[in-house]
Amino acid sequence: MNHIRSILAAAALSLGLAAPAAAQDPLKVGFVYVGPIGDFGWSYQHDQGRLAVEEEFGDNVETVYQESVPEGADAERVLTQMALSGTDLIFTTSFGYMDPTLNVAKKFPNVKFEHATGYKRAPNVSTYSGRFYEGRTVLGHIAGHMTKTNKIGYIASFPIPEVVRGINAAYLAAKAVNPDVKFSVVWVSTWFDPAKEADAANALIDQGADVLMQHTDSPAAMTIAEDKGIYAFGQASDMERFGPNAQLTAIVDNWNPYYIERVHAVLEGTWESQDSWHGLAEGMTQMAPLSDAIPDDVKASTQEIIDKLASGEMHSFEGPINRQDGSAWLAEGERAEDGTLLGMDFYVEGIEGSLPK
Amino acid sequence: MDLSAINPLVLIASLMVAATPILLAAIGELVVEKSGVLNLGVEGMMITGAICGFAIAVESSSPWLGLLAAAGGGALLALVFGVLTQFFLSNQVATGLALTLFGLGLSALLGQGYAGIKPPPSPRLDVPFLADLPVLGRVLFQHDYMVYISILIVACVWAVLKYTRAGLILRAVGESHDAAHALGYKVVRIRLMAIAFGGACAGLGGAYLSLIRVPQWTEGMTAGAGWIALAIVVFASWRPWGVLLGAYLFGGVTVLQLNLQAAGLELPVEYLSMAPYLITILVLVIMSADRGRAALNAPAALGKIFHASS
Repeated sequence: MNHIRSILAAAALSLGLAAPAAAQDPLKVGFVYVGPIGDFGWSYQHDQGRLAVEEEFGDNVETVYQESVPEGADAERVLTQMALSGTDLIFTTSFGYMDPTLNVAKKFPNVKFEHATGYKRAPNVSTYSGRFYEGRTVLGHIAGHMTKTNKIGYIASFPIPEVVRGINAAYLAAKAVNPDVKFSVVWVSTWFDPAKEADAANALIDQGADVLMQHTDSPAAMTIAEDKGIYAFGQASDMERFGPNAQLTAIVDNWNPYYIERVHAVLEGTWESQDSWHGLAEGMTQMAPLSDAIPDDVKASTQEIIDKLASGEMHSFEGPINRQDGSAWLAEGERAEDGTLLGMDFYVEGIEGSLPK
Repeated sequence: MDLSAINPLVLIASLMVAATPILLAAIGELVVEKSGVLNLGVEGMMITGAICGFAIAVESSSPWLGLLAAAGGGALLALVFGVLTQFFLSNQVATGLALTLFGLGLSALLGQGYAGIKPPPSPRLDVPFLADLPVLGRVLFQHDYMVYISILIVACVWAVLKYTRAGLILRAVGESHDAAHALGYKVVRIRLMAIAFGGACAGLGGAYLSLIRVPQWTEGMTAGAGWIALAIVVFASWRPWGVLLGAYLFGGVTVLQLNLQAAGLELPVEYLSMAPYLITILVLVIMSADRGRAALNAPAALGKIFHASS
C-alpha cells in the first residue's frame, strides 16, 4: 500500500515537474491574493494584472489564483499545493507571504516565484514592488492644502517598512505646504476588514480629521468619507465610484506591464531572479485623475510634483530630514538610498506617536 | 495626547453600532444551539444576508425590503444546512463549515455588479424630544432602527426561552431530543424552525454591515464576524443577556482602541487588537474548568444527531 502511494506521489510529482518541458502545454501561472479579488483595492489590481496576462498570451498561458489566503502558515500550504499542481510561475502578492514563498521555493527549485513588496530573494525567487511612497508624496501635498482642521487621518495596517514609508512621505509633503498639519495614525492590524476600516474612519472623523488616507485594501473608508462629506484618497485602485465627491485622487498600482514582462521572460527562457522597484516613472505607480474639488493652483502644483517625481528631478525623501527623535537622517540635499527606505522603521521628525513594535 | 478629544457619548454610540452585526448573528445562533444544533455556518449566512439585503435594497430603493430579503436569504441558506443535518443526518460541524464556504462563494457570485453602488440611506429613529436630551439622547435615541430591533430581539428571545411553553419545548429538544420525541414533540420540525431563525438573524447582521455600518458591498466584508458571533454564544454561556453583554464588550473594545489611537494615546496596538479574542478565550477556559457550570449551561444534546428510530 505504501509502495503504491509513493509511486503515485512520485508520478504526480514528475508529471507536475515535467509539464513545463512539453512545449505545447500552456505555461501555468499562479497568483496568490491576500484579500478577495472583489476588494476593489489591492487584490483587485493584482487580478487585473492576471487578466492582462491572459489577454496578452491567450492559449499560451493558463492562470490559476487563490484569494483570501492568510499570511503565514496557511500561505505555505497553498503555495505547496499550487507548485505540486504543475504551476510554473507563482506571484505571491502580499508582504506576509515572504517567508512562506522562500520556504516553498526551496522545495521546488524548478518553479519560479515572484514575491511582491518583500526583500528576500533566491535563485528562483524575484521580488517586485511599486514606489508607492512617490504617490504618498503627491497625496500629502494635496492633503496639506485641502485640510481645514489641519488634522489628517491615516488608517494604517501593519508597521512594516512599506507602510511606514508611506506615512513619512505623506507627512513630509503635507508639512512642506502646511506647517500646522498633524497626522493621526490608527493601526487596524489587518489588510482587509471593511467594518474595522469603517470604524477607524469614523473614529478619526469624530476626532476632527477632515482628510483621510488609508493603507488598507477595502474602499470602506472612502464610503464613510463620502457619507460624512469629507475628503479621502483611494488606495491601490481608483475608488472614485465609492466616493465621487470624497476622492481627491488615488494611488493606482498598475501591475499589468510587469506581469506580462515576467511571463514573457519565462516563456522565452530568460527569466532570472531580480528585484524591481518601479514608481511613477515606469508607471507601476500611477495617480488617478485629480478631483475638481482641488483648486486650480493646487492642481497645477500637484501635477508639477508628479512630473518632477517621475523625471527624477525630485525625490520623496530629500534632506534635510531628521528622525522623530531629532537625530539627523538626511543632510541638506541628500536623497534616501533604497536600502534605507526598504528597511524604514522610524517616523520622521514631527509625526506624533510611536510605531507599534 | 489629548484624551478630551474622545467624547464618551460618541464612543458608546459607536460601540453600539459596531456591536450590532455580531449581536444579531449571536442571538440567532444562541436559539439554534439551544435547540441542540451546532451551526458553524454563521459567517456564510451573514455574508449571504449582506449581499441579499444589499441587492434588494438597491433594486427596490427600500432599506426595509432589503433587510427583509437579508433575513429571508439567511434563513434559506440555513435551511440548506437544516435539510442536510436533520433529514440526511450529515455531520453538523462539517456541514456548518461547508455552509460558510458555500455562503462566501455564493455571495461573491450574487454580488457581481453590486460593487461601488450606494445603498439607500437607512432611516434613523430620532425619537421626538428624547433625541434632544443632553446626555442620553445621543447614546440612546439617535440610532438607526436596527440597533433597537437587535436589542428587542434579544429581549424577545430571553422572554420566550424563559417564560413561554414554546421556549420550554425548544430547550427540551436541545437538552434531550429523545425525551422530547417520546413526549410527542416534533424534534426535527422544531430544530428546522430554530435553524431558520438563526439564519434570518445572521442574515440581518450581515445586512446591517452592508447597508448601515460600512455601507457598501465588498466581497468577504464580514471578515470573520460570524466566528466571533459563535464565540460570543459560548462566552455568554447560552444566556441571551450574556450575548448582549459579550457583543457590546467586543464591539466596545474594538471601537475604544481605534478611538484611543486616533486621540494619539500611546498604545500597544497588537495587544488591544488581541484583547477581545483573549478575553473570549479566557472566559472559555474559566468556564470549561468549572465542569459543573459548563454542563449546566450548554444544551446537553448540542451537536448530536437525532434519528427518530434510535
